[in-house]
Amino acid sequence: MKNYQTIILSNLEISPGYWRMRILAPGFAAVAKPGQFVMLRPELALPTLLRRPFGIFRTGCLPPECAGLPAREYLEILYKVVGQGTRILSELHAGDRVELLGPLGQGFAINDNTCEKLLVGGGIGLVPLFLLADELIRRGHHVRLLMGGRTRDDILAVTEFERLGVETYVSTDDGSLGEEGLVTRVLERKLAKYPCAEVYVCGPMPMLAAVEQICRTRQVPLQVSLEAHMACGVGACLGCVVKGAGHSEERPNYLCTCKEGPVFAAGQLDWGRATTVDDGCPEGGCR
Amino acid sequence: MKTLKRPSLVVEIAGMRLRNPVMPASGTFGYGQEFAPFLDLQRLGAIVTKGLSLKPKAGNPMPRIAETTSGMLNAIGLQNVGVDAFITEKSVTYRGLNTPVIANFFGNTLDEYGEVARRLADVPEVTAVELNISCPNVKQGGIVFGTDPRAAAEVVTLVRRQLDKPLIVKLTPNVTDITVIARAVEEAGADAISCINTITGMTVDIRTRRPKIANRTGGLSGPAIRPIAVRMVHQVVQAVQIPVIGIGGIMTAADALEFLIVGARAVQVGTANFIDPAAMLAIIDGIETFLIDEGLDDVNQVIGSLEF
Repeated sequence: MKNYQTIILSNLEISPGYWRMRILAPGFAAVAKPGQFVMLRPELALPTLLRRPFGIFRTGCLPPECAGLPAREYLEILYKVVGQGTRILSELHAGDRVELLGPLGQGFAINDNTCEKLLVGGGIGLVPLFLLADELIRRGHHVRLLMGGRTRDDILAVTEFERLGVETYVSTDDGSLGEEGLVTRVLERKLAKYPCAEVYVCGPMPMLAAVEQICRTRQVPLQVSLEAHMACGVGACLGCVVKGAGHSEERPNYLCTCKEGPVFAAGQLDWGRATTVDDGCPEGGCR
Repeated sequence: MKTLKRPSLVVEIAGMRLRNPVMPASGTFGYGQEFAPFLDLQRLGAIVTKGLSLKPKAGNPMPRIAETTSGMLNAIGLQNVGVDAFITEKSVTYRGLNTPVIANFFGNTLDEYGEVARRLADVPEVTAVELNISCPNVKQGGIVFGTDPRAAAEVVTLVRRQLDKPLIVKLTPNVTDITVIARAVEEAGADAISCINTITGMTVDIRTRRPKIANRTGGLSGPAIRPIAVRMVHQVVQAVQIPVIGIGGIMTAADALEFLIVGARAVQVGTANFIDPAAMLAIIDGIETFLIDEGLDDVNQVIGSLEF
């Protein structure tokens, strides 16, 4: 984990309201694990103050432009403009300076068993699933991505997953792309077909709760990537806590989304009330 | 030829010799180790722990934080591991560390304050304590200890009897006249005062019509409060003889110097730690650079140098 003062390489709107930012980050790719996140803000951040958390979408390396130059390592985030912080980010350009802290948090645990790997993403929630898919495929697993959104505008980067060799299934609420309906219906169908499966999910809270219920009923292992407002990202402010399993006022079990998460095994969380985490996706990608 | 000598940043507070006047504000630095990956803890003037209570505390429901213009509101609810877990699990991490450790603590009754103080009294790793009196007294209708001079003096007197370590009392700004409280805690035996704690505030989500934090109100921190904090520190410095530690929205060395110039002997950095975990190092270096620029060889020449 490192505190970078670095520059933006590119910042493009890839779908209405959704942006993709590439940031120079030497030494980042080697240490970033699927499911981790970064805290980011423009160097001149006024009128906002705090860094914002963003899931790491992918990492990569630009070839040296001239002989003898070191290759330039970068990371990419995908984010949705939802508030002041993300709006300011969307107005930045290549060469603008940013402050970045990361990679942070606990990523996905990867099990090399033979069960089917089902990745479920809702809207911007697909962000942490890309590096995960990449890693699973590199380990020889067959990966299926179940991607849901309200409309076709909310379906992002599917072709990039396909280029990795991921089998993708798209569903939208209005049927404007792929199957009409909720992604959870697709998940139930897949689980009926592949009872030995592992599910990895990131998306809005109601979707996470529905997926948790489906997986619990079928006793399928589930890992969940949560999103929360954060101030520090390193476990100090305690502003991003979520109720852990067995939490009660007498025996509190608050877990920091930033430090103990953002990826949790479903069993670590209190699903009765875990939904007291912010509903929906406040800012940026799900982590 | 004049020899180049680095200016001295050493300050003394309540018998403690600090290598520089910069330390974290309680609740923004965990128990210290959380920040070890980002900065050398031995470069800080002191470490100030998260607020400790007699029993572990769960804290408030979510959401607990909201950003506001040039600031943030928080209502964490003093979530902490409790004083016993602190002593058995956290205090050992300070062994061998050549930086004073200031344990911040609070209670909701006089008895609780006294008992936490008693348990901290003999912990060798704890150099000093900082008493948070911004809590409601649950046995007396919830009146906040720190807003009433008699209640404030009472809790300071009680804690003073429990321990010999340097006793810093942290004041709330949510009062009509902070100097009244400052004098009351000085008379009751405080060795130093730190101020200000956060200012009570509120912010609303206009779409949902709900407060943005579950607790409705929260404590405002960050650069938005700094001019208020500088004013209050100035007033307190004028009112008491004991050293004052300035707190409130310090982001840069220039901000810290404002507090030192009005007479703060040291400063605490809070919200800035969330934005840049190494912020305090830049502030320490910046103070040194300022002294060199000004041709001064000791930070104490800046402290209380306000002209008016």
